[in-house]
Amino acid sequence: MTKEKIVVIGAGMAGGRIVEEILKRDDTRFDISIIGAESLPTYDRIQLSPVLAGEKSFEQIVTHSQEWYDSNGVKTHFGYWVQSIDTKGKFVVLHDGQTIAYDKLILAMGSDPIRLPLPGADLHGVVAFRDLHDVDAMQKAAAQGGEAVVIGGGLLGLEAAYGLAKRGMKATVIHLVDVLMERQLDEAAGRLLEKALLERGVTSVLNAQSEAILGETHVEGLKLKDGRVIPASLLVMAVGIRPHVEPAKSSGLKVERGIVVDDQMRTSDPDIFAIGECAQHRGQCYGLVAPIWEMCRTVADVLTETRPDSEYHGSSLATRLKVSGVDLYSAGQFSGGEGYEDVVFRDPSRGVYKRLVIKQNKLAGCVLFGEATDGGWYFDLMKKGEDIGDIRDTLIFGQAVTNALAGQDPSDAVAAWPDDTEVCGCNGVSKGQVVASIQAGNDNLDKVRGHCKASASCGSCTGIVESLLKCTLGDAFKAQTGPKPICKCTEHGHAVVRRAIVEQEIKTMPDVMQALKWSTPDGCSSCRPALNYYLLCAWPREYKDDPRSRFVNERNHANIQKDGTYSVVPRMWGGLTSAKELRAIADVVDKYDVPMVKVTGGQRLDLFGIKKQDLPAVWADLNAAGMVSGHAYAKALRTVKTCVGSEWCRFGTQDSTGLGVKLEQATWGSYMPHKFKMAVSGCPRNCAEATIKDFGVVCVDSGYELHVGGNAGIHVRVTDLLTKVATEEEALEWSMAFVQLYREDAWYLERTAPWIERVGLQFVKDGLAEPDVRAALVARFLESQAVFQVDPWAEIAPRSEPAKVFSPLADLRAGISQSHLQEPAE
Amino acid sequence: MNASVVIHWTDVGPAEEVQPQSARRVETDLGAVAVFRTVSDEYFAIFDRCPHKHGPLSEGIVHGKAVACPLHNWSISLETGEAMGADAGKGCTPTVPLMIENGRILLGLNI
Ligand code: SRM
Ligand SMILES: Cc1cc2nc3c(=O)[nH]c(=O)nc-3n(C[C@H](O)[C@H](O)[C@H](O)COP(=O)(O)OP(=O)(O)OC[C@H]3O[C@@H](n4cnc5c(N)ncnc54)[C@H](O)[C@@H]3O)c2cc1C
Ligand code: SF4
Ligand code: FES
Repeated sequence: MTKEKIVVIGAGMAGGRIVEEILKRDDTRFDISIIGAESLPTYDRIQLSPVLAGEKSFEQIVTHSQEWYDSNGVKTHFGYWVQSIDTKGKFVVLHDGQTIAYDKLILAMGSDPIRLPLPGADLHGVVAFRDLHDVDAMQKAAAQGGEAVVIGGGLLGLEAAYGLAKRGMKATVIHLVDVLMERQLDEAAGRLLEKALLERGVTSVLNAQSEAILGETHVEGLKLKDGRVIPASLLVMAVGIRPHVEPAKSSGLKVERGIVVDDQMRTSDPDIFAIGECAQHRGQCYGLVAPIWEMCRTVADVLTETRPDSEYHGSSLATRLKVSGVDLYSAGQFSGGEGYEDVVFRDPSRGVYKRLVIKQNKLAGCVLFGEATDGGWYFDLMKKGEDIGDIRDTLIFGQAVTNALAGQDPSDAVAAWPDDTEVCGCNGVSKGQVVASIQAGNDNLDKVRGHCKASASCGSCTGIVESLLKCTLGDAFKAQTGPKPICKCTEHGHAVVRRAIVEQEIKTMPDVMQALKWSTPDGCSSCRPALNYYLLCAWPREYKDDPRSRFVNERNHANIQKDGTYSVVPRMWGGLTSAKELRAIADVVDKYDVPMVKVTGGQRLDLFGIKKQDLPAVWADLNAAGMVSGHAYAKALRTVKTCVGSEWCRFGTQDSTGLGVKLEQATWGSYMPHKFKMAVSGCPRNCAEATIKDFGVVCVDSGYELHVGGNAGIHVRVTDLLTKVATEEEALEWSMAFVQLYREDAWYLERTAPWIERVGLQFVKDGLAEPDVRAALVARFLESQAVFQVDPWAEIAPRSEPAKVFSPLADLRAGISQSHLQEPAE
Repeated sequence: MNASVVIHWTDVGPAEEVQPQSARRVETDLGAVAVFRTVSDEYFAIFDRCPHKHGPLSEGIVHGKAVACPLHNWSISLETGEAMGADAGKGCTPTVPLMIENGRILLGLNI
């Protein structure tokens, strides 16, 4: 007997999924063929954004490979498109003329990106963002650098712009209205998003209408209606999608905006179904994946007759932006209106904004920015239409707080869900599947993600998966929560470990690991450097520094380069140098063939491309001219930048250069949680940029303003004013006290800026206010300096024992030093 | 049938020259080899080239039977040379046979 023939048009997300759902229910009854216009197997289209940003590879996003189709007996025609459908004869015609007969036909043709009919729209370098070809084209353009313009400030446009910025282009988003993602965000959240994108290299131009794309053969820029021209070598149009309805329309099926279907996803021809973005259900066309999984389940239920009366009733949608580090979630109705009430929470210092929209004691919508972990919970309350009257007061603080105040464990609610409740919309994983995965031994979030894919795509259900871990594993999982552990080797966070070292007087690394029950024999590359620092900070005299727990740069006292050579930066006190020092540097450059010398951003000279075995000799030569290590490689005092100050400058109020030298001489060599930079400016013109340093001094007529917590790195932060003092001695005292407070309190790899953000400026002010507390801090600092203020370069003289490891153990290139011949045993 | 393989064992130095939790480099005509010693005094040799972007593995932090590459922190197994953890399956560094005999390190380099 011949099998019933199912033909699927479109091998995208809906096409791949429907085949899988049918096979799951019945893998013998049908003879299935799938035709896809892209010459690729099925991949997770939503992951094109991370592929563009270089965060994933194409291989990682394939969901149904050629082998998968083959091994399931599905015939594939990738790289073919269907030209027409003969609904009477029941066959489809491919572009090369071949025909394929069907008993049941499933249309899963997705949608097409809308191309604005602007002058110049057909130039080279104008692309859409829909498939792998587009991503390839963008990657190639990005490899050349330059500028990119993205038209459209919706989800797709922003993800494209972010991806391009991450690949090194200068990206600008042009948006027609005055709020980004206005369909998902209110104005406040839109502004925060704008700012977050700017920090990631994406500039937004709002209220802007495009007029023409400029260029001869290749795009050169975009002209706006207001006359502005934005230069660009790549232009991405991300202005929306239109359901792909051909060849359904020309074959006589009922088509409006999309292909019209009923609640069983049947088109106007009872043997033809339509799913995914090409379908129009109850007047609605969707542009997100969550509805697709539900549509596929219905069609599979109906076709296999597992549940012949199965129906789809539409979906509510939630959106999460896939831009690393930007937490943004939006669901339901948020524009408010009559009968709607708002609950809003703002914490500008942390960049958090949350808004809940409530109607008649039910949650109708939410917008979350900066802290979006509760998105899944709100969405669930919304979908289930639960009465929130009782928890309304605490709702905005999220699930954990709400349940805790109600005396209930958050995981209890999740535990009560039926097994078939869907947990992960992106990957269509049910609660039962997650629990089964946990019971099969996947006892943490990463493992569950790897095993059953739940929360592996957009991440909005992470909180639910965690709750399931908790209620399935009980205490075994509770131990993993609490403050974020230092790394996978321990359940404890930085604060607990530090406190234990001091309070229990633990003085060696194996003892810390023993006392705090490390799960690995000797830690890992995350915890060992942290423990080494905590121990040497707590016990400067007793603890012996462990170079093997230090990152390569701190072990080799130079910065490793991508080719394995090193760079060497001698200290130049306060940015000062002399003929003698410069001459010695010049000699080193000649003697060791140093390929590049560069003036650094920290007012000194960097010698690049030095071979490891030459390091001890280079240092010896620099030491001989009086220079010491600049610690340009260490979590330690880096540079003290200065300006010329009152010595020469007509505006200078104090001797900023002199004070800079004193500061550097007092603090060099001291190890810290992270690198530490200082600067002294001679007047408020601030030529030494003191207000973006960890400790900055701005001289004024009446004395010295002391500023702390500045950072010019990835996130620029301007300093806070700590205090003002009258004399240099006080400035020095405060600097040392501040450094010591930071050394004793901050977590490893936490610079002063995030540290102060975490503990608050008041904590720092209070910690330094009392003169005797300050004096005690200075005393502990000096105690530590007595041990650590040594030049590491001087300790590794050429041909000394410590220098030995800088040369290879053996060099066999010239010939084999000694060889044994052995016959293997039979 | 077993083809008779002849391994040339090359002495590259005393075992105690490699400290626990660290590595030393051996230059060869095939490229540098890193000789590792773990915290429990096991020795391993693998080529000194990270499968990612050729970082010198001998400079990484050695933990358990793995090393963290100094350039971008991939974790490489000393036993198999495979990338582990989040980067599992993305690459592999060739391993080199090693034995300790009379306190000396011997590498099976076949050169
Ligand atoms: C050489 C230098 C660039 C230059 O040619 O000017 C440089 C080079 C590096 N910087 Fe820098 N930074 C240099 C000044 C700066 C400055 C400007 C300054 O100090 O006034 C900044 C911004 C100021 C600040 O730190 O707030 C800066 C912010 C960073 C950051 C981001 C830090 C942050 O908190 O966000 C990193 C990454 C890190 O440390 O994790 C970094 C990391 C690096 C590393 C160490 C990257 C690495 O891990 O290999 C580079 C080492 C190159 C080498 O082999 O020497 N570099 N770096 C500058 C050395 C100054 C010196 O004399 O020691
Ligand atoms: C960059 C990007 C990011 C996204 N991010 C998200 C997100 O975070 N969350 C979310 O929910 N959604 C997201 N989406 C949307 C999501 O990818 C789509 O909703 C989903 O792919 C739609 O699935 P589909 O099967 O209907 O269409 P598609 O996946 O587009 O598949 C349709 C396929 O049919 C083929 N086809 C069309 N006509 C024919 C024909 N005549 N013959 C043969 N083959 C044909 C097409 O070539 C295509 O391969 C994103 C989309 C993109 C492009
Ligand atoms: S900015 Fe700093 S870290 Fe980045 S490439 Fe330049 S030197 Fe390296
Ligand atoms: S080179 Fe080793 S991790 Fe990149």
